[in-house]
Amino acid sequence: MKLLFERSVSGRRSDLLGSCDVEYAALPEEFARKNPPALPEMSEVDVSRHYTELNQQVHGVNSGFYPLGSCTMKYNPRVDEDMAALQGFTGIHPLAPKDAVQGCQEVLDTAAGYLCEITGMDGMTFQPAAGAHGEFTGVMLIKQYHEKRGDSARKKIIVPDSAHGTNPATAVMCGFEVVNIPSAPNGCIDLEALQAVLGDDTAGLMLTNPNTVGIFDENILEITRLVHEAGGLCYYDGANLNAVMGIVRPGDMGFDCIHLNLHKTFATPHGGGGPGACAVGCKEFLKEFLPHSALMEGGDSIQVRSFSGNFLVVVRALTYLLTLGREGVPEAARNAVLNANYLMEQIKGTFVPAFDRVCMHEFVLDLSSYKKETGVSALDVAKSLIDYGMHPPTMYFPLIVHEALMLEPTETESKETLDEAAAVFRKLYELGFRDPEFMHNAPHNAPIGRPDEVQASRKPVLRWKKEQ
Amino acid sequence: MSYVPSTAEQRKEMLSALGMENWKELYTDVPEAMLVEELDLPEGMSELEVSRKVSGMAAKNKVFGTVLRGAGAYDHYIPSIVRAVTSKEEFLTAYTPYQAEMSQGVLQYIFEYQTMICELTGMDVANASVYDGATAAAEAAAMCRTRKRSVTLISAAANPDVINTVRTYCYGTGDELRIVPARDGKTDAEELQKMLTEDVSCFYVQQPNFFGQLEDADKLGEMVHEAGAMYVMGCNPISLGIMKTPADCGADIAVGEGQPLGMPMGFGGPYLGFMATTAKHMRKLPGRIVGETVDSEGSRCYVLALQAREQHIRREKASSNICSNESLCALTAAVYMAAMGPEGLAEAARQSMAKAHYLADALTAVNGVDLVYTGPFFHEFVTTLPESEKVLQALENAGILGGLPLEDGTVLWCATEKASRAEMDRAASIVKEVLEA
Amino acid sequence: MNFPAELKYSKSHEWVSMDGDVAVIGISDFAQDALGDVVFINLPEVGDDVAAGDPFGDIESVKAVSDLISPVSGTVCAVNEDLLDAPELVNQDPYEAWIIKVENISDEEEMLDAAAYEAFCAEEAE
Repeated sequence: MKLLFERSVSGRRSDLLGSCDVEYAALPEEFARKNPPALPEMSEVDVSRHYTELNQQVHGVNSGFYPLGSCTMKYNPRVDEDMAALQGFTGIHPLAPKDAVQGCQEVLDTAAGYLCEITGMDGMTFQPAAGAHGEFTGVMLIKQYHEKRGDSARKKIIVPDSAHGTNPATAVMCGFEVVNIPSAPNGCIDLEALQAVLGDDTAGLMLTNPNTVGIFDENILEITRLVHEAGGLCYYDGANLNAVMGIVRPGDMGFDCIHLNLHKTFATPHGGGGPGACAVGCKEFLKEFLPHSALMEGGDSIQVRSFSGNFLVVVRALTYLLTLGREGVPEAARNAVLNANYLMEQIKGTFVPAFDRVCMHEFVLDLSSYKKETGVSALDVAKSLIDYGMHPPTMYFPLIVHEALMLEPTETESKETLDEAAAVFRKLYELGFRDPEFMHNAPHNAPIGRPDEVQASRKPVLRWKKEQ
Repeated sequence: MSYVPSTAEQRKEMLSALGMENWKELYTDVPEAMLVEELDLPEGMSELEVSRKVSGMAAKNKVFGTVLRGAGAYDHYIPSIVRAVTSKEEFLTAYTPYQAEMSQGVLQYIFEYQTMICELTGMDVANASVYDGATAAAEAAAMCRTRKRSVTLISAAANPDVINTVRTYCYGTGDELRIVPARDGKTDAEELQKMLTEDVSCFYVQQPNFFGQLEDADKLGEMVHEAGAMYVMGCNPISLGIMKTPADCGADIAVGEGQPLGMPMGFGGPYLGFMATTAKHMRKLPGRIVGETVDSEGSRCYVLALQAREQHIRREKASSNICSNESLCALTAAVYMAAMGPEGLAEAARQSMAKAHYLADALTAVNGVDLVYTGPFFHEFVTTLPESEKVLQALENAGILGGLPLEDGTVLWCATEKASRAEMDRAASIVKEVLEA
Repeated sequence: MNFPAELKYSKSHEWVSMDGDVAVIGISDFAQDALGDVVFINLPEVGDDVAAGDPFGDIESVKAVSDLISPVSGTVCAVNEDLLDAPELVNQDPYEAWIIKVENISDEEEMLDAAAYEAFCAEEAE
C-alpha cells in the first residue's frame, strides 16, 4: 500500500478554515520556522480513500473471532460510541466552571459508585489512561501509605512469576525492589514461597486473580491475610475481572487497592492500542492518597496525567454498565467463563491445556509436546489461524508455560463461533502431523507473509523519507 | 442486556457438554461465602433507555459557543473527515498490532504518524504515542537519567498539571525535581544557569509556555548543553506549523500534548502524548515504535520494532511500564495533519495567533485590563482583570467561556481560529459593560 | 557447536581470553545460538568499572533480552563499537566478535575450561 506521503501532490489542499477575519500578527523572526513540515498535501477524497484502504487491512473485534488472552476482546457496543460523541461531552473544556460541568461530574460519580459496588472498594479515580498507568497509580498509593506511617523499610513488592510484565516494571517505577516468587505446580501462588519472602521489608503483593493461567486462586483469603499480617498491602491487577465481576469482589478477597481496565472488562474499544481508560479503586484508608489535577482541583496530591483522565472512555464504560445493570454484569461474567470452558473442552483431545481443570474466562494451551512431535510451534499454529480469519491467541505468555497459547473467547461469542473455532484448532492439530512445512510458512492468505522482525530491529527504519 | 448472543438453550447445551448442571459449578474455586448475592446496581436498560439516560447527563453540561480558555486543552476546528476515519469499526475495535499479518493498516498509520511527528518537530524518531503531554514530559525526564545525573529541572512557566505529573514520576523513582523560577512570565535564565549543577540530567521547558509567552528556547538549550545535561522541550503542535522546531532549538527530546490535532476537548481526554528524539537516543524511547521491514516475499511491510526495550520482555528492567498507548488518538492526529496539510496547519497557527492578538487588543482597550507579561506570545496571554469573578460570570451567561482565573488573581486567555471577530468584540464589550457599570 | 580450547568460560556463557593484562570478553557459541538473531547490544562506556558476577550490559534478540555478566572485576578499556551497527557479527562468529576489553583486573569468577564448559552446556540443554 502506498504511504500518505507517496499520495501527496504539491499544491493540493482543502479549504477548511477560510480566510482570517482579523489582521495577522507578526511572529518575530527568531521564533519562526525555517521550512514548513513535509506533511502530505491531499484532497479530502485522497485522505478518505487512503484510510479506507488501510482499514481494510485491520482485523477488529467486528471482523471476527479475537480470542487474544488477557486482553478481553469483547464486542464494543455502538451506542457507547454514540454517547461518547455527544456534543454535551466532547465540547466541554476540562477547566470550565463547576456549574457548567455537572453532567460530566455525574458521569464520573455514577461510574465510580457502580465500580465501587462491583469491586468492594470505597474510592475510585479515573485519572490513569491505561492499565499499566493504573498499576503505577495504585502502587503509588501503597508507597504513600507506608511513607506517611514512617514505615520506610518497606522496599519490596512481591510479584508471582506468572504476572504480566507491567507488574514488575511498575514496582520499579514506584521505587520498589521486585521480589519474584515461583508459582505452585497448579499455576497459583505457592504459599510457602510467599511466606518465605514476607517480612518487615514487604511493601505489598501485586496479584491477578483469576491469574494469568485463568485460574481463580482458591487460597486467596489466606494469601491476603498473610500479606496483611506481615504489614504489607495487597494490590489487585484487574486485568481478569471479566471472569468474576458481579460474582465475587476483590474487596472481599482482601485487596486494598485495584485497577480496572475499562477497555477490557467494560467493553470500551481498544482502538488499535489505546486510548484505554483505567479506574483505580481503594479502600477508605487509602483514599487520601488518590491523584488529583493541580489545575482542576489544586492541592498537593500525586498526579499521574493532566486533568481527570480519559473522560470520553468513561462515558462509554458507564453506558455499558447502565445497559448491563444488576443482572447483566454477572451474566456477562458467567458466560465469559462458560465460553472459555466450552472452547477448552472442544479442543481437548488435540492440543493440551496447561492445566486440565475448570478454568475461568481464559485458558492456556501447552504446545511443547506437540512441538517435539511435529516441529510445529505455538507461533506456527498462531500464524495458521490467520488463514481462517481468526485473530491468534496470546503467544508465549505466561512465561511459566512453554509454547503457550492463551485463549480468551469472552462472553460476546456465540456457541456457533466457538464450535467453528474449535473445529479449526482440531484441523490444524492434524495438519501439523501431515504437513508441518505448510504451517511453518503460514499465513498463506494474509495481505503479507511473515515479516522480517530481525531486520526491523537490527536496522530500524522508523519513519518515511523521500528517496534522495 | 449483556450482549451475550448464546440463547438460554445453547447455554444449557454448553454446560451439559462440560458435565455441569448449573453455572455455579464453574465457580467452585471461589470460597462460597465470598459469592455476591446481588449487586446494588440499577436494573439493566434497553438501548433506547440508556441513550435517553446518558443524553440527559450530557444535557446537564453547558456547551459554550465561544471558548476563550486554553491552559492545556484547546478548542480548534476539527475537520469532518477526522471523525469519519476514526470511527471506522476495524480501527476502533482492533488491539495493539501484535500480529503484523492481520494489522498492516494499524501499523502503517502509526508509521505515518511517527513520520509526521518527526516532520513537525524536526527530530529523527518518534514513538507511537504515550498517554498525554504531561506523561510524555515525565517519560522524557526518565529517559535522561543516568547514575551520575538524576535531578530533573523544570521551568515554573510550564503547565502546572505537567509539573505535578513530572513531580509524581520523580517521587516514584526517588529522583529529585527542582523547579526553575520564572521571571516576567518566562523561565529565569539566570536562575537556570545557577541550577545547572553536575547532578542535573535534564531541563524541561514549555514552548509557548503556560502563560502563552515565547521562551528564548535556543539560548536555554545552549546553557543546558554546556552544563552537560539533556534539553527537553514541550511544544504545542499547532504552533509548530509556523514556529521554529525543537530540533532547531537544540532539543534532545521533543514532547507535547497532541490534543489540538483533531481531538475534542472532551472534559480532559482521551488526549495524545507525542514524543520524539534524536537518532542517538532512539533506543531509550519508551512505548511502542513501528518500523518498516519486508515480508517473506520481500514486500514492504510494517511491524512493532525494538520490542526488547519494553516491559513484556524486560519486566523489572524496563525503563517504563507503558504498553497500551493512545493509538486511535495518534490516528486522529495523523488524519488531521493529512487533511490540513502543511499550509492548513500553518494557517491554523497563524489564525490562532492573529485572533489571540486581536482579543488581547480588544480586552486591554477596557480600563483596568492590562497585559501582565509583555513578551511576544502565540495564542495565549495573561491579563489583569478587576472583579474577575463577576466578569467571567457575565461572559458565561452570554455563552462565552472566558479566560482561566489563575491563583495570583490574573486571567489566562486563549483564542484559536474558531473565535470570530464578532464573538471577540462581543466578549470585550461584555467585559467593558461589567467593569464600567 | 564450537568451544575453542584456548578460551575460558563462565557459567553465564561469556568467554574470556587474556591479552597480556587485558581480558577480552564475548559470548559463547552456545549463548548466541540460544539467543537467536541478535538485534542490539547495550554496551558500557570506556572507563566504566565492572565487577565479577555483575552485569555490564545486555544483549537483545527480537523477543528476549539477556544480561551480559562480567567474569572479571576491572575497568573497561575498549568496547567493540562495530557491534552497534552489526550486532549480527555475534551470531556469525561469536569468538571473533569480542564485546568489551577490561584492564586493571582485581578479581575474577571461577571459570571453566573448554571441556568442562562443553559438558556444562550439554547439561543446560537437557
